[in-house]
Amino acid sequence: MNIIRDVIKPISRGMRITLRHFLGEKQTVFYPEERKEQFRRTRWRHVLLRYENGLERCIGCSLCAGACPVRCIYVEAAENTDEERYSPGERYAKRYEINLLRCIYCGYCQEACPTGAIVLREDYELADYTRESFIATKEMLLEPLPVRDAVAESTTAQE
Amino acid sequence: MTPSELGWALLRVAIVLGFLLGTLPLVIWFERRAIAWFQDRIGPNRLGPFGLFQPIADAVKLFFKEEIVPANADRFIWSLAPALSLFPALVAAATIPWGPNRLLTPVADVEIGILYFLAMSSLAAYGVLLAGWSSNNKYSLLGGLRASAQVISYELGMGLALATAIVASGSLRMTEMVAIQAEPLWGVVPFLHNWLVFTPWGLVGAALFFICMLAETNRAPFDLPEAESELVAGYQTEYSSMKFAAFFMGEYMAVLTISGIMTTCFLGGYLAPVNWSPLQSLAETGGGIFVPLATLTGALAPPFWFLLKVAALVFVFVWVRATLLRLRYDQLMNLGWRVLIPVGLMNLALLTVYLLYGWLPALVGYVLAIALYAIWAGERARRVERRQVILYAEARPYRRAESSPSSTPLSEGKGLPQEVLHG
Repeated sequence: MNIIRDVIKPISRGMRITLRHFLGEKQTVFYPEERKEQFRRTRWRHVLLRYENGLERCIGCSLCAGACPVRCIYVEAAENTDEERYSPGERYAKRYEINLLRCIYCGYCQEACPTGAIVLREDYELADYTRESFIATKEMLLEPLPVRDAVAESTTAQE
Repeated sequence: MTPSELGWALLRVAIVLGFLLGTLPLVIWFERRAIAWFQDRIGPNRLGPFGLFQPIADAVKLFFKEEIVPANADRFIWSLAPALSLFPALVAAATIPWGPNRLLTPVADVEIGILYFLAMSSLAAYGVLLAGWSSNNKYSLLGGLRASAQVISYELGMGLALATAIVASGSLRMTEMVAIQAEPLWGVVPFLHNWLVFTPWGLVGAALFFICMLAETNRAPFDLPEAESELVAGYQTEYSSMKFAAFFMGEYMAVLTISGIMTTCFLGGYLAPVNWSPLQSLAETGGGIFVPLATLTGALAPPFWFLLKVAALVFVFVWVRATLLRLRYDQLMNLGWRVLIPVGLMNLALLTVYLLYGWLPALVGYVLAIALYAIWAGERARRVERRQVILYAEARPYRRAESSPSSTPLSEGKGLPQEVLHG
């Protein structure tokens, strides 16, 4: 054993490396106060999208439920009428529920959807206290209505 | 002992105890923050300024935890062990001088200060040993076993390292060891202090002692008795609540105490790096600006420098922990018996040569020792290489890579071991 080559050099080199990390930048994210930016294609909780005019993309076809490997999606379709129109097609999803405890976030539903209605987005903070709260209903999943500039202006004018 | 002497002694006890117990949370906090920084993390920073109150919260948590005694534990020894690991670390600090005046001299400036320290620190090993034995648990027992093996392999080296300090200063009394180091550097440089670490034997001794004090406090890379990755928690596996906290505190207290010993013996104790005493004489003769400067350097500086050196050593403790991997059982004993003891003996012998015959023979001795080591190491390396060549040649018929390339396809099983195909 060579004392300089095998003992002193590697140890001093290791000590230098750790010292560099001691003085270097820290990787910690202060979680509740700041959040790490998620990757663009990350797959977390589902979102039901709308068209630009506010109509729902979902046409209640249940292809997502069929594609789901763990059968965690429940879709109940109903007919659109001219008085009560939710989606451009004939039918819409009257009930749309996902059991988030069963879901494995594989994204097959997203691939199966013919209208691109259901997508997996970056909302990763899914913890909750009761099992019931993990059944995501249509109201929770649906994207909020797009706010048109004209509508926003008129409401602010009224106030 | 007169009443006033008794009063001063009690005051010193209060200072030492207060310091040790008061800085303990600080050291634990420092360790956690520093190790986090080494790992690119932040560390505890929520509770109080910079997370300083975190150890207090930990202590409160441990205090309210349930204390579980293993069913077949030897109850008396089991309860004695944490105290045995905490107590020696606490009392070993009694002979460390903090400063030159009456308040900061050691609690007991005994003739055999350093022997007292050796005795007390060796006692701490019993805490670990008995904890491992009395828990009646295989991991604990292995931890205790390792602790005992560790103690006998490094304590001789530590004794030899301290012997250099003792021989160099000619005294076992801690205050005198510091006083000797206050002389001008190498007897010639007037404004610097002759810290032992600046001499060749002191440097070797300090290096040896540093290695040994890592082992003495059971810290990485010598944390074999604890070895959380192999023995759960080693000797303290079965301990919970305040008994666990006692081990924990004992470890950090030992780190503090032994850093103080290293500071005193090798790093010039409470002495400043520069000799300020000309300032004192200037203050006496000149007055003016020199008076506050002299008080600052004279009265306040010694404990400051002492604590600075101790803090630096604690930092190195954490630094080493963040860097080096745990040694194997046999590697530790190899290091203890075949490196620390011969090097320590050589060092001690050459120091006595210096003391008896002057610096030239000692220098020649050091050069000779290094040359002899180089020759021996080179010869050994050649021997190892020859052995490897012989083994390589012997293994040739059994090697697959060099056998003739197989003519049959792999699927028929030629050239591949059976277990690959059918396993």
